[in-house]
Amino acid sequence: MLNNGVDNERFKSFSRRAALIGGAQLLVFGGLAARMYYLQVLKSSEYQMLAEENRVNMRLLAPLRGEIVDRFGEVLASNRQNYRVVLIPEQTPDIEATLSKLTRIVPVSETQWKRVLRDARRSPAFLPITVAENLSWEQFAQINIHEPDLPGVQPEVGETRHYPHGPSLAHVVGYVAAVSEADLEDKDPLLKLPGFRIGKNGIERHLDRELRGAAGASHVEVNAYGRVIRELSKDPGIPGAKVSLTLDMEVQRFATERLAGEAASTVVMDIYSGDVIACVSTPAYDPNDFNIGLSHEKWAGLRENAHLPLLNKTIAGQYPPGSTFKMVVAAAAYDSGLVDPKQRIFCSGKTSIGSHDFHCWKRGGHGYMDMREGIMHSCDVYFYEIAKRIGIDRIEQMAHRFGLGETYNFEVPGEKPGLVPSQGWKRAATGDVWHQGETLIAGIGQGYLLATPLQLAVMVSRIANGGKNVIPHVVRAVGDQPVPPKSALEEIGVSSAAIGIAQDGMNLVSNHPRGTAFRARISEPGMELAGKTGTAQVRRISRAERESRVLTNEELDWKQRDHALFVAYAPVDNPKYAISVVIEHGSSGSRAAAPVARDIMRLVLERDPSSRIASGAGVITPSTTDPAKAG
Amino acid sequence: MVDAFFNGGGGREMRLKDKFLEFNWGFLLLIIAIASIGFAMLYSVADGSIDPWASRQMMRFGVGVVLLFVVAFVDIRVWMTLAYPAFAIALVLLIGVEFVGFTGMGAQRWIDLGIIQLQPSELMKITLILALARYFHGLTLDQVSRLKYMFMPLLMIGTPFYLTLRQPDLGTALLLGTVGITLFFLAGLAWRYFILGGVAALAAIPIGWGMLREYQRQRVLTFLDPESDPLGSGYHILQAKIALGSGGVFGKGFMEGTQAHLNFLPEKHTDFIFTMLAEELGLVGGLTLIGLYFMVLMFGISVGLQTRNQFGRLLAMGITVNFFLYIFINIAMVMGLIPVVGVPLPLVSYGGTAMLTLMMGFGLLMSAYIHRSFEITRNPAAFW
Repeated sequence: MLNNGVDNERFKSFSRRAALIGGAQLLVFGGLAARMYYLQVLKSSEYQMLAEENRVNMRLLAPLRGEIVDRFGEVLASNRQNYRVVLIPEQTPDIEATLSKLTRIVPVSETQWKRVLRDARRSPAFLPITVAENLSWEQFAQINIHEPDLPGVQPEVGETRHYPHGPSLAHVVGYVAAVSEADLEDKDPLLKLPGFRIGKNGIERHLDRELRGAAGASHVEVNAYGRVIRELSKDPGIPGAKVSLTLDMEVQRFATERLAGEAASTVVMDIYSGDVIACVSTPAYDPNDFNIGLSHEKWAGLRENAHLPLLNKTIAGQYPPGSTFKMVVAAAAYDSGLVDPKQRIFCSGKTSIGSHDFHCWKRGGHGYMDMREGIMHSCDVYFYEIAKRIGIDRIEQMAHRFGLGETYNFEVPGEKPGLVPSQGWKRAATGDVWHQGETLIAGIGQGYLLATPLQLAVMVSRIANGGKNVIPHVVRAVGDQPVPPKSALEEIGVSSAAIGIAQDGMNLVSNHPRGTAFRARISEPGMELAGKTGTAQVRRISRAERESRVLTNEELDWKQRDHALFVAYAPVDNPKYAISVVIEHGSSGSRAAAPVARDIMRLVLERDPSSRIASGAGVITPSTTDPAKAG
Repeated sequence: MVDAFFNGGGGREMRLKDKFLEFNWGFLLLIIAIASIGFAMLYSVADGSIDPWASRQMMRFGVGVVLLFVVAFVDIRVWMTLAYPAFAIALVLLIGVEFVGFTGMGAQRWIDLGIIQLQPSELMKITLILALARYFHGLTLDQVSRLKYMFMPLLMIGTPFYLTLRQPDLGTALLLGTVGITLFFLAGLAWRYFILGGVAALAAIPIGWGMLREYQRQRVLTFLDPESDPLGSGYHILQAKIALGSGGVFGKGFMEGTQAHLNFLPEKHTDFIFTMLAEELGLVGGLTLIGLYFMVLMFGISVGLQTRNQFGRLLAMGITVNFFLYIFINIAMVMGLIPVVGVPLPLVSYGGTAMLTLMMGFGLLMSAYIHRSFEITRNPAAFW
């Protein structure tokens, strides 16, 4: 047409450039495709992982803590339903109004109120906030009924540790409490769960790992705001193992009642297996308080109590064993060959080394006695004399054979070793040399000597079982796995004759009318016990006091009174069980501790499944041995 | 009578029946295919519901198709005549939003005309192409490269560029500027100006940086290092890349995209819809869509090459390049290749104005195609 020539020229230019643009577009699209290839093929697995991380949230599920039961399966620690009430902010039009309505059913304190409002501000509105825990069933039911009037309020049921026997097992079973900063060295993620409880004392602490179980996990799909869309998978975890103890709750309960009001402790054990049947320390505390959270006042009260309720006296209370130690001295003397057990030694009421007088507990003296009678009368002078002859180091060796000054890896944490002195020990500890007078004092279980009630029970067990190295333990089974006895009952290295003398002496103590614990005997045939009293002095009696009149315990402050001890085993002709009782400042072993031990031992024997009470054979009665002849 | 409406009068005439015969039905099918992918995605965004997005998008697309036909059947010479007035109206509206516009998504972009809310910047995208094509149609190849003829088109590009940048709507401003420059290029502007312009543009970067709004700068900075702020401004890019990458070759399955359905993806029914497609349908789905787009582009270029009048050629190429830029900016943005600028994915993203603008553009492209054999003198005043 009109402009054909000119148009052709610009058409050519246009076509070239349009083709160029087309080519450029192809290149750009190629670039986009390459980028897609890079992201969707080369980097795909990486991004798939990121997408999964976005989408999937793992929530830990706390496994159910294992139960703790006694030897007959009675529950000692369990999990109880914990009723609580939560509030979901997004479901209520007015949090404050809802809270004030809720207050009519469950008291909501000022601080709780503030915390709820603070949490509501900080967290997404669909996350529930715990308002109150440990509600009563009535409160829980009330909330359920009034739910329509309480928008956003939800009653919930959780699990919390419960100790049905309260204080009576506080020291053995222990308790669980909130996880502390120090506990976080354990990297188990469970510990970071809000509200998680960890074993803090006793078996709860010792077997915490086993009782705790393994964390479960719930994988949930969440959206970008963190709201849970659905559960993808759930692994309930492994519930904690059930722990079975050697305790007999019936005996434990009875012993607790029997020792109520005293600062005292007792250990009952099987002399062959080492099973601890009862292990009581009074006063105690309620372990449930520690789980829920102890108030400041309660904690201060426990700490300041002179009877030391927080101390597990059975393993951490260290006392001079007093006269209960005399069997050990007798055995050491016999096996040394330096003392003839039949030799009669005279007690005038005192003996002396140089200018020092050493008094017998009986002012007038006991007259002549052999070794068995020395034990029966618990004559101090007799034991001063034989201790002097054999020396402290023989006594020390013998004490260790009977388990004194030793620890047994007992499952309940906090075991103390007590103290058995020797010449070497004194040099190392004080830099001073050993004086002979100290040997005499050790001969009657006083001075440096210290033992725990558990050690005393072991000592008696080893006498009763004929000198086998029984070791106490309290865990019977973890899950399905029975825990074998810790000892193969090897000989402790004491002659059976020495053991026999110790046994005879203890038999006389309890079953001879002039024995120091005759009043606390068991007279039922076949259940008779053999015991030994101990009255451990905690103060120094001055010469002036000695010369005028020794003050009676009743005249002294509680803190100054003698400790009352009693150790025993039974039945005397076929020993099975040993017991130790220590009553702090209980004044008299025979009057305070022995009756308690007798009552507990009787119950133990009654409950012994294989015990067939048949005859009184072997029991020393007044007719078979005449104590009058003893002199 | 109907024929008379669709014809410009004077010169060659076409009957409506002939126009139907000339209409490229394959192109229409291509567009329907792309839009259908969009419907499917909008159906998925709503968790398997046609409401609220897919249904409205379909309706708009239906209106758009009608618009396409009407525009396509109008004589190319009519469009040439209307080019300047239309541009003038769009410009007035664009200035109007300065005063009566209301803020949507943090920028002044909308004008309320009572019945519909209009985005004058959208209208400008079409009318600028019309006006530039009209202007360059009247120049010889020599004249294009002469300075005195450059003033007018630069003003036509510069004014809306500045106004949209002010709104601030960086995406539209860049689109307008790039389309304008491309038309200069297609009209035959000498290469030396592009080289000169390129150097000048590089020098202007520091000045331009100073003119950007804080949020725009932040977008650029975030783009440069998105991982520096994964929970803040880099979050969108990162989540988009995760969605894309996790889709893999075959995708997670239709309506199974976790990034999309769990709301990790931002604005997934509008600007980020491509990531959702790539997440659910994978590389295969993404490349299919890109392939369809490429076919549209190739058609547009072929129209340009076939047309016997310069206005139609420039118009066809302008529309095509505009369409291309939409696609490129959107997809490159969601893949983390360029900064986040608010540009929808044409025919797929949810949005009314963009859809109608696009369909109008395709109508013009089709009009150029139908009337491709028309030859029009450099001075159209001869007809009007």
